[in-house]
Amino acid sequence: MQSPFSSTSSLRVSRRASHRVDAPRGGLAGAYAAVFATPPRLIGRRFSSSSLALAVSGAFLFSPFAALPAHAAGDADLAAIRAQIAEMKSAYEQRISALESRLQEAERSASRAEQRAGDAESGAAQATAVAQQAAQRPESAAAFNPEISLILSGNYSNLSQNPANRRLQGFLPSNGEKMPETRSFNLGESELAVSANVDHLFRGNFRLSLAQDNSVSVEEASVQTLGMGGGANLKFGRFLSGVGYLNEQHAHEWDFSDAPLPYQAFFGNALGMDGVQARWLAPTPMFLEIGAEAARAQSFPTTDSTRSKNGMMSGALFAHIGDELGTDNNWRAGLSYFQSKPQDRRYDDPLVGNDALHNSFSGDSKTWIADVLWKWAPNGNASQQNLKVQGEYFRRSEDGTLAYDTGNVSNAAASGGYRNTQSGFYAQTVWQFMPRWRVGYRYDRLDSGSPVLGSSLAAANLPLLASFTPTRNTLMVDWSASEFSRIRLQVAEDKTRPDATDHQIWLQYVMSLGAHGAHKF
Amino acid sequence: MNVLKKLVALSALTLLTVLAVPAEAAIKVFASVPEWAALAREIGGEHVDVYAATNGLQDPHRVEAKPSLIARARNADLVIATGGELEIGWLPLVLRESGNERVQPGQPGYFEAARYVSLREVPAVLDRAQGDVHAAGNPHIQTDPRNLLKIGEALTLRLAEIDPANAAAYQAAGKSFNERLRAAISRWEKLAAPLAGVPILVQHKAFPYLIAWLGMKEVGSLEPKPGVEPTSAQLAAIVARQASTPARMVIRPAYQYDAPSRWVSAQAKIPAIALPFTVGGTAEAKDLFSLYEDTIRRLLQGLKE
Repeated sequence: MQSPFSSTSSLRVSRRASHRVDAPRGGLAGAYAAVFATPPRLIGRRFSSSSLALAVSGAFLFSPFAALPAHAAGDADLAAIRAQIAEMKSAYEQRISALESRLQEAERSASRAEQRAGDAESGAAQATAVAQQAAQRPESAAAFNPEISLILSGNYSNLSQNPANRRLQGFLPSNGEKMPETRSFNLGESELAVSANVDHLFRGNFRLSLAQDNSVSVEEASVQTLGMGGGANLKFGRFLSGVGYLNEQHAHEWDFSDAPLPYQAFFGNALGMDGVQARWLAPTPMFLEIGAEAARAQSFPTTDSTRSKNGMMSGALFAHIGDELGTDNNWRAGLSYFQSKPQDRRYDDPLVGNDALHNSFSGDSKTWIADVLWKWAPNGNASQQNLKVQGEYFRRSEDGTLAYDTGNVSNAAASGGYRNTQSGFYAQTVWQFMPRWRVGYRYDRLDSGSPVLGSSLAAANLPLLASFTPTRNTLMVDWSASEFSRIRLQVAEDKTRPDATDHQIWLQYVMSLGAHGAHKF
Repeated sequence: MNVLKKLVALSALTLLTVLAVPAEAAIKVFASVPEWAALAREIGGEHVDVYAATNGLQDPHRVEAKPSLIARARNADLVIATGGELEIGWLPLVLRESGNERVQPGQPGYFEAARYVSLREVPAVLDRAQGDVHAAGNPHIQTDPRNLLKIGEALTLRLAEIDPANAAAYQAAGKSFNERLRAAISRWEKLAAPLAGVPILVQHKAFPYLIAWLGMKEVGSLEPKPGVEPTSAQLAAIVARQASTPARMVIRPAYQYDAPSRWVSAQAKIPAIALPFTVGGTAEAKDLFSLYEDTIRRLLQGLKE
């Protein structure tokens, strides 16, 4: 945050600060002076440092006496000590008056500047206010505290089907299909975020997510460079991958209460990375950005979190372009690619109903994403009305080996080739029709493809892989008292499995406390 | 990876295309709001190429970190922001994403106007229950032209620092602007003399600097708290107060939703005035001079109604 003070008062701040630094540096005299030269209104704030200075000066003052044996203290010595003290006293007094006059001079010049700058009616009051701020500002160590924000969210959900039985038919479980986790009242994710510039070269971001079951997870812990120059940015640590459009947005930024089906099926809601990301922005008038990531990916479809391997595990590439069209329209489009090699990726088939029976996949997984976003606001003023249309298309090819019943509990364990190309998309639009109120509609559709299984594998043993096209229709309306709060009602018709249609009603709140940084476009 | 190779080739091609174009001599200025774009044009003249991130009809509190803004910030030599947290919702992100080291806060290429004036309405208590308050004070400093004298001086120095080759031109233009503005201010002050002491209502607390400059009296705000839309009960209470503390008009910045002003205007039988607020806010406010002329003209018009 930049200092809001005028140039003259900024100058004054630095001069005051230098007085303070002077005091301890000037040793005894300085410490003494620091205590007594302090104008009354500063004493409160400076209490701790002042009392320390007093203690130090006390120790100094008494040290000559302590060093002298009592019987050796003759009259001559006493006289010498008295003279010494008198000398020191006059030195302090000179110093005090020098500091006082400097202070007064600083205050006079400041108030002169203030009067020149300000207008007559409130100039004096403002000068006092600014002077107080000036006095507070540099001393407050808290001024360097990072930006802290807390997201509180939760919902009441009414579901016609048991969410424990929800699955995306035709897709391997990604852990994203369990949403919402339970019926009735749910505490959503509470997110605690801390971020700040580390220094002039780095910025740190940290985001902790506390789930309903009291489990804590580090959602983001990344460092990004500030001004490497040349349009380049580097990010490392744990972060959300830059692939697609929605992937980088945290759950509280979503326009609907849950992730679109492609994100649930392909990434288990979002693709998280432990690694490094490089981005480069082309020096063109149009927005053109390319990026690459090398990481130990944290989400489905990878198994990187348990892999033991040096070097490259998963990688992503993406490019985004965007621009404005007149004052009313803005758009962005992108193409992304993600590749990983899952090893022994286990899953239990919920349709087999045997908890002891595990299957496993090893092989190559490649995902392509195309995304497009268009925003409209009359005169570019989004505060009254605006429209947002977005869509993303996912396509994933997996090729490798599938092992049925790795523990051989069915006495029919088998292993064979598995190859499949699956796809899915969502398209949504959100319209703010008046300040504070928005409505939105989303359509999702997945295509499970038809798996090509090795001859030793029996499709009947793998019922989850039977082809299907899950679809969903979602409507929402939300109201925001300010940009920091949102209450949303969402209804969905969820046809993600052939045996049942789930009618879902969500009433959700998302609240944001504390410093809240800018959201991405 | 094949894809990687292709992308690297594409980026190399882009880079070559860009390098092949001869570098433009003009200093690229990225101004967060139209008033600083206008100021940069006054002082920079032909030596600057100015881009305004927002227009006069946009709510400066509700700007998004659009791709086009990131692309513009990428190539900027100087970013001029208001500061005082006005742009907190988008500019820090745009600057970080731009990958442009010259315009990061703390660098000579980053200029904050609010640093050069004293801010009004510095809140004693920081609490979001008080609405959209700015910790540093009210950032709508451009509504008092006297602030532009100081900011103009500072911007002249900054342009000279960034582009020393044209320092003399900036000094001359800065001096000329300062003289013309001083003359205009005394003219406007005479013109606006009837406004002194006039009680007014504001829809948003957007004008404390203008009100102090012209000596008007703000007797109430339609927004119960900054950035919070008034309810009809709150508006009715304001109309009821007209009996004890009558206001002569209700003013709002041009970008703002006009329904609350219109309603109060109709109920209290006082004119509702939309002020340009910044360059481009009204058709008449084409530059910094016509901005204040149009503002005063509209206020005087309100006085006659």
